Amino acid sequence: MASLTTASARSVVSEPHHRRRFGFGKIVTVLLLAAASVVMLAPIVYTISTSLRSPMESFTLPPKWIPTDPNWENYRTVFDTVPLKQFFLNSTVVTFCIVIGQLITAALAGYAFARLEFPGRSILFWLVLSTLMIPLQATIIPVFVLISKWHLSDTLASLILPALASAFGTFLMRQYFLQIPSDFEEAALLDGASQWEIFRSIYLPLAKGGLAVLAILTFNGYWNEFLRPLIFLSSQEKFTLPVGLVSLQGYMGTGSISVVLAGVLVSLIPVLIIYLIGQRYLVEGLMVGGLKG
Amino acid sequence: MATTTSVSTATIRSPRRGSIGWFTEQSLHGMARRRALLGYLFILPTMLSILLFTAGPVIASFGLSFFQWNVIDDPVWLGLDNYRQLVNDERALQSFVTTAKFVVLALSLQIVVSLLLALGVQSLKSNGLRFFFRTAFFLPLLTSAASISIVLAYMFNQDFGVINYYLGKIGIGPVPWLNSAGWALITIVLAYVWQQVGFTFIVFTGGLAGINKEILEAADLDGATGFRRLWDITLPMLSPTLLFVGVTGVIAALQVFSEPFVMTNGGPGDATRTVVMVLYESAFSFLMIGYGSAIAVVLFTFILIVTAIQFRLSHRWVFYQ
Repeated sequence: MASLTTASARSVVSEPHHRRRFGFGKIVTVLLLAAASVVMLAPIVYTISTSLRSPMESFTLPPKWIPTDPNWENYRTVFDTVPLKQFFLNSTVVTFCIVIGQLITAALAGYAFARLEFPGRSILFWLVLSTLMIPLQATIIPVFVLISKWHLSDTLASLILPALASAFGTFLMRQYFLQIPSDFEEAALLDGASQWEIFRSIYLPLAKGGLAVLAILTFNGYWNEFLRPLIFLSSQEKFTLPVGLVSLQGYMGTGSISVVLAGVLVSLIPVLIIYLIGQRYLVEGLMVGGLKG
Repeated sequence: MATTTSVSTATIRSPRRGSIGWFTEQSLHGMARRRALLGYLFILPTMLSILLFTAGPVIASFGLSFFQWNVIDDPVWLGLDNYRQLVNDERALQSFVTTAKFVVLALSLQIVVSLLLALGVQSLKSNGLRFFFRTAFFLPLLTSAASISIVLAYMFNQDFGVINYYLGKIGIGPVPWLNSAGWALITIVLAYVWQQVGFTFIVFTGGLAGINKEILEAADLDGATGFRRLWDITLPMLSPTLLFVGVTGVIAALQVFSEPFVMTNGGPGDATRTVVMVLYESAFSFLMIGYGSAIAVVLFTFILIVTAIQFRLSHRWVFYQ
């Protein structure tokens, strides 16, 4: 209470002083931030507006930022002439399976490392943690060999199978389970609940926030993933969106950037929807983890 | 700790299940065994996956780097020959230099820009403006680096790109963004930072929010304002966040691949050919599995060394509140 009053007293004292000195500074700050956001948004706006120009005029300058005469044909063209629907479907299948897989494996392992006692728990957890810093490049060649030996090359399974569990997910879920008080368990045991019931109906629902963070980060990472699909897939009908779109860039040549950009925009839509739904979780997750796809 | 609490609950509780051996036993031991067994079952999928697809492959990469192998024929033992070849491979060595330049340029630009943006947004009073700027800076992070590189390559095009069009209006250019060896790496840095800056921005925003307000107010009273306040108080208080950003940023930037692959394919010449591009070409275009593994081992070693150095040096400048 005392500190509160002194703090407000201070701010009252320094208020007029501040206003005079920073009034101009505030305007400059907002203008600079506005300029920065123009730079940050320009490529996305450019994608939208150019995707709506006719292929013929997609090169003409000046660029038309606001499409006054939108050409929706490009969107039909990407779906009709190039296998965008197939890319979209492949990306959806791969991402969906990986997200579901990681939610299950991470919830189970995170719970075990947080709340179940078993010999070797800390050593095993340390082992999991130590794999967090291993980059994809240090494992991808042997995984590629494994995939070929299992005759999974050029299948969607080659992308899904190695990504069904992650050290990051385990770590994240463990943190969430650790925050839940253990009193719940004692009460449930008195009621005669089994260990599985305690996990399933008490702790798992309380860790919803962690599951949401993990789902969003995993979705974003694997939907946009490029290196693994580029290496593991070889036929166009198996391509996921990023690899498919890059293959279009070469295939379509520079003749119709508006069609390629229509494809880029279509690939952005699901991520934007997920962001709108769960931006709170996404930001929170990035703060916790600091991992990117 | 939890076992002692479960003793009392287990003994209070009336037996519920029939006894089929040790597993269902209604005692402390039965309970502990069930918990332990459940624990192993729960971690089994994750442990299997990590052993098979992460821990095992890291060791295998190391092992494969001593062989010559094209996946089809039998591997041939080479000893250290792949590493000898690497030291004499001009193109591979150049890729390490290029990647190092990229890491320094990209990370410093990313840190400076995102810190300024975070400080700017933090100083705003309006929640609406804060939300708008945060979304704008964050949005690129949601895009796929590969797909957005297609867009950026069009925008940076020397002849029909929008960027040179506007620069031409103010009498600059045309800048050979992707066509000259000198400019191409800078363009790749700009593309990478454009996409990644939102991440460090969010992390710095979190770090700034964690700084004790009273200290800043005390500094205000003592007349420390503007740059002095930033340098003497905000930055030291932010040093744990800076360490985090530095470590994760170096690790991420060392692995840069999508932007140069899509925008320049390593060119002009080898000006933007990064380590991961050479690794990709060696292992997957030419099926030189052993040589590719040697590059992977060296890259991983660099990542470990840089991370260790950053943590080693951190006690000199990182200040924990």
